[in-house]
Amino acid sequence: MTGLRRTLLTPQGVAVLAGLVLVALAAALGPVLLEHAATTRNIADRQLPASWAHPFGTDELGRDLLARTVVATRLSVLLTLGAAGISVAGGVVLGVVAAVLPRAARRLVTAFIDIMLSFPWLLLALFFSVIWGATARGAMLAIGFAGIPVFARLVSTLTAAVATTDYVHAARLLGSSSGRTAVRHVLPNILPPLVVNTAAHASVTLLSFAALSFLGLGVQPPEYDWGRLLNEGSKRIYTAPMAAIGPGIAIVLTGVLFSLLGELLSQSRPRTVHAVTAQDGSSRPVPAEGDAVVEVTDLRVSFRGDDGTLVQRVRGVDLTIAPGEVVGIVGESGSGKSVTAMAVAGLLGPEALVESERLVFRGIDMTRRPSAAERRRLGLEEAMIFQDPLSSLNPALTVGRQLTEASETHAGTSHAAASARAAEALSLVRIPDPPRRLRQLPHELSGGMRQRAMIATGLMGTPRLIIADEPTTALDVTVQRQVMRALRDAREQTGAAILLISHDIALVSGFCDRIVVMRDGVVVERLAADRLGEAEHPYTRGLIACVPDMRTDRSRALPVIGVAAQEEVLP
Amino acid sequence: MSELEFDHVTVRFGHGRSLQTAVDDASLVVRSGTTLGLVGESGSGKSTIARVAVGLERADAGSVRLDGVDLTARSREARLARRLVQMVFQDPLAALDPRMPVGASVAEGLLASGRSPNRADREARVRELLELVHVDPARAGDRPARFSGGQRQRLTIARALAAEPAVLVADEITSALDVSVQGVVLNLLRELQAELRLTMLFISHNLAVVRYVSDEVSVMRQGRIVEHGPTDAVLEDPADPYTRELLRSIPVMGRPLDLEDL
Repeated sequence: MTGLRRTLLTPQGVAVLAGLVLVALAAALGPVLLEHAATTRNIADRQLPASWAHPFGTDELGRDLLARTVVATRLSVLLTLGAAGISVAGGVVLGVVAAVLPRAARRLVTAFIDIMLSFPWLLLALFFSVIWGATARGAMLAIGFAGIPVFARLVSTLTAAVATTDYVHAARLLGSSSGRTAVRHVLPNILPPLVVNTAAHASVTLLSFAALSFLGLGVQPPEYDWGRLLNEGSKRIYTAPMAAIGPGIAIVLTGVLFSLLGELLSQSRPRTVHAVTAQDGSSRPVPAEGDAVVEVTDLRVSFRGDDGTLVQRVRGVDLTIAPGEVVGIVGESGSGKSVTAMAVAGLLGPEALVESERLVFRGIDMTRRPSAAERRRLGLEEAMIFQDPLSSLNPALTVGRQLTEASETHAGTSHAAASARAAEALSLVRIPDPPRRLRQLPHELSGGMRQRAMIATGLMGTPRLIIADEPTTALDVTVQRQVMRALRDAREQTGAAILLISHDIALVSGFCDRIVVMRDGVVVERLAADRLGEAEHPYTRGLIACVPDMRTDRSRALPVIGVAAQEEVLP
Repeated sequence: MSELEFDHVTVRFGHGRSLQTAVDDASLVVRSGTTLGLVGESGSGKSTIARVAVGLERADAGSVRLDGVDLTARSREARLARRLVQMVFQDPLAALDPRMPVGASVAEGLLASGRSPNRADREARVRELLELVHVDPARAGDRPARFSGGQRQRLTIARALAAEPAVLVADEITSALDVSVQGVVLNLLRELQAELRLTMLFISHNLAVVRYVSDEVSVMRQGRIVEHGPTDAVLEDPADPYTRELLRSIPVMGRPLDLEDL
């Protein structure tokens, strides 16, 4: 709820809220307060143009048009809400029924929805209004029914997404009937997008009423809504323009209001953090002293939390990586290990606030915007391997194109030379038949092969640092072995340093020279990989002990550490 | 007595040229009161086996029987028997309705027990189950988002247990969890095995985890069961070359990775 409150407190939120209150007041009180002014005939004052006494002028019977516009709010808004309600209710029923039915019946209902969708919406509205006649209620039914197919389609699509979730599967296994599942699981979960669309749809509905009434099919005299006022006013548009513009303003403003409401409800604005002003020149990091590949001192990274406050996720990390060194960062989710790696790679977006005393990659100050030359060097000297290679490789480009891209853009290598190099890189990571693989798209490669192709991409430049963020977490152990071997080969070939991020302390200890253990954004311990047995910090020791291996004593419970230990409720 | 038996089960996906055999003539027996561990790489068909057992997937050939009742049949008897086989899913966040209080999610499990308890009994039972999985019963009204990954997985276990299942199918239930949390869930399973004499089919790609909870192990590859036997026998003296490769690929704490001659 705090999210909603924060949304409502933005300028747009305040404006929408104020507008809604205004419309509600006009609808509730308008007919009570202004009924007299809106209905009193005054032939002497008929068809007056706009004046201070009558801002919108008067009609042919001398009634004040401003008063009539305000009074018409109630009918216009009620008709709109009624029609939108019919559309939504009908759509939900049809859409959910379509999703719950057995396959054959479901196809039939879906096909029916598709057929209805293929008719222009206004055509349906006109068709229905012929059936129900040219009255206010007829128009409401017509527009309401014409909107059902759109919502039915929306609901059935949303429902289909919810219906394949594990919690719906679980409910089915537990014997929950389709009806019960629809009410208890499906409806609550499709509600948010539905509400957003309803608000947007209300705006369209309002306009269609205006259109129908304008055509003379909607509200009939002596009743009047904005559409009818607009219709009457339009006949005198050249002599008394405000008679048409006045109701027009009401329609447009209310329509915009509904649209804005929909937009507001759907909004999940990215929470960007403005970087604090760059430090003054004196504290600027001096370019690399010594020859470390990476030097990080007192790195702090913050993100905006749900309640809008800054939350520090990395809290003062120091990290130095020497050339050719293999360093592993181990930690559980939320430890800040990946954020640290992203900061080192300079890949954190505007949603992160990065502060540090020093954040240097081979003499390049990563806290500032890199210059063109520095960017080129970063592109060639730093390689990044992510957990999911399918999302870090572009699915629409061939593997070869993605391998050669970096060296062609950054090093200006010719295409032929780059292609030869790419084939070489693929064979280095032991991908068989490189020329064929280079022509394939990422999805044609297996998971382990894609990850090795990512490593090959890093080899295309002159990598000094390869950052691998959980590179094998999504892979099987046998494939993990192939990927780790490719990483090792890459290091032997290029002499690049490696920063390996993983939750698997056994893997890290078997691959790295040094291990950095992180927890809650701070480094709790640093130790040599072959000295794991000498770990001093209780968290490191717990992390080592809590993972069962092939020699774990099966007759004893595993030690419980960290947050998990605090959460335990003992009976 | 509750014995789950897969009898020459075959599952195929797609048709024509894209026909794939996910499970190829696999036979398994999960003995009453014991845990059978099923290991294999992704795509080996182990999850498909789980989904066939609970009826989320249909077998193209063969049958799955619970104490002799064919679960793949369409009879009322089969439908009731299917409710006695409950599944715990891999990702606890996806397996809990984000908009439903966790207490109500756990109570949903009572549906399958066939009884319709009154409100007070239901609340008492939910409280009991939450205590069983070490989650504070006072938080029954909270949404899943307010729980950690490990707590969520314990909640889904509580929901499955609410159904009073004869057999529990656990499909990669620790692979989405942090290692410390994995320990807690594994401890819970061991506790439940001892207390409730749970019959369980435990599926995982992690051999060490399977070893820790299982009495017997089956190794699956490309839809086939390549090796089966008591846990210690299979893991100490594997007969199948694939099992040997699997064992060799597991990183051992503090020992350099074995990356030679694949």
